[in-house]
Amino acid sequence: MGLEAKLTKDGFFTSTVDALVAWARKSAVWPMPMGISCCAIEMMASGDPKYDIARFGSEVMRFTPRQSDCMIVAGTVTYKMSHVVRKIYDQMPDPKWVIAMGACTSSGGMYRSYSVVQGIDQFLPVDIYLAGCPPRPDNLLNALMQIQEKIGRSKARDYQDIPLPELPVIQNN
Amino acid sequence: MDLKELVTKKLTEKFPQINFDITDYKDQLAVTFDKQHIVTISDFLKNDEDLQFKLCEDVTAVDWARRKKRFTVVYHIFSLKLNSRIRIKVDVEETENIESVSSVWKTANWHERETYDMYGITFKNHPDLRRMYMPEEFEYHPLRKDFPLMGIPGSLPLPKKEN
Repeated sequence: MGLEAKLTKDGFFTSTVDALVAWARKSAVWPMPMGISCCAIEMMASGDPKYDIARFGSEVMRFTPRQSDCMIVAGTVTYKMSHVVRKIYDQMPDPKWVIAMGACTSSGGMYRSYSVVQGIDQFLPVDIYLAGCPPRPDNLLNALMQIQEKIGRSKARDYQDIPLPELPVIQNN
Repeated sequence: MDLKELVTKKLTEKFPQINFDITDYKDQLAVTFDKQHIVTISDFLKNDEDLQFKLCEDVTAVDWARRKKRFTVVYHIFSLKLNSRIRIKVDVEETENIESVSSVWKTANWHERETYDMYGITFKNHPDLRRMYMPEEFEYHPLRKDFPLMGIPGSLPLPKKEN
């Protein structure tokens, strides 16, 4: 059926390192659930048995940025919160991806106001913009599949020589 | 005796020298008076046996933009004994400040901080008059009528977009 069906004949198969690594990467995208407001409810719903995000290898919601690959920014990002979002993004190991979930995150949405960032792409590199207010869970799963497609196309050379950002050292007296 | 009569009687008996404007709109009672009496009257309304307005539900303000006394500070207080609420209104000029009522109602501490943050009204003798919502270094007061809806560009810092 799967890989083993092909392997029973010869016991080996040939591929490129790029393809193998990309396949491994895209099959287990561990999300960082940056649930800030109501979109987070739909994000949680995508983990339940009805929608089952585990089918795409992303059921491991890591609440530490150190162990995650893809940040799902689910909710309204205010100017005050933007620094927190960016700090968590900086702590994630490379390579990493960002889903801007919902209208608020993508463009400020209905919050056309002084306190809300009009689109998180002003301070984060966004890979997928997700429409909806809030988007349905199947919409989030679609975004995840798009991310997987994007990862599948990636090559090892895409990830080389990215300098690590200088993070400020917090000193406790 | 209904609430308006009771409050009018109580206040005029206790403070005959102060001018009260007690109005009733859609069964909502509002008491207006001069700002210098705010603490004494608040204290009376809270501690009087028959009134007992022990709960300060909200402190907020109205920006009238073009009036001489630009702001009206509004206090919503609730009496568990009477099961009714009244509204205290006090006019404040832009350059003036007003005495804090956080010594009367502890809750007023954060409400006054919010009012300070949003309108820039300073409360005298407040224990900790810092901004409530906006960042400390923000220079404006967003709910003033002369503040643009979309804010002032560059007044709120964003993180740098790298790599």
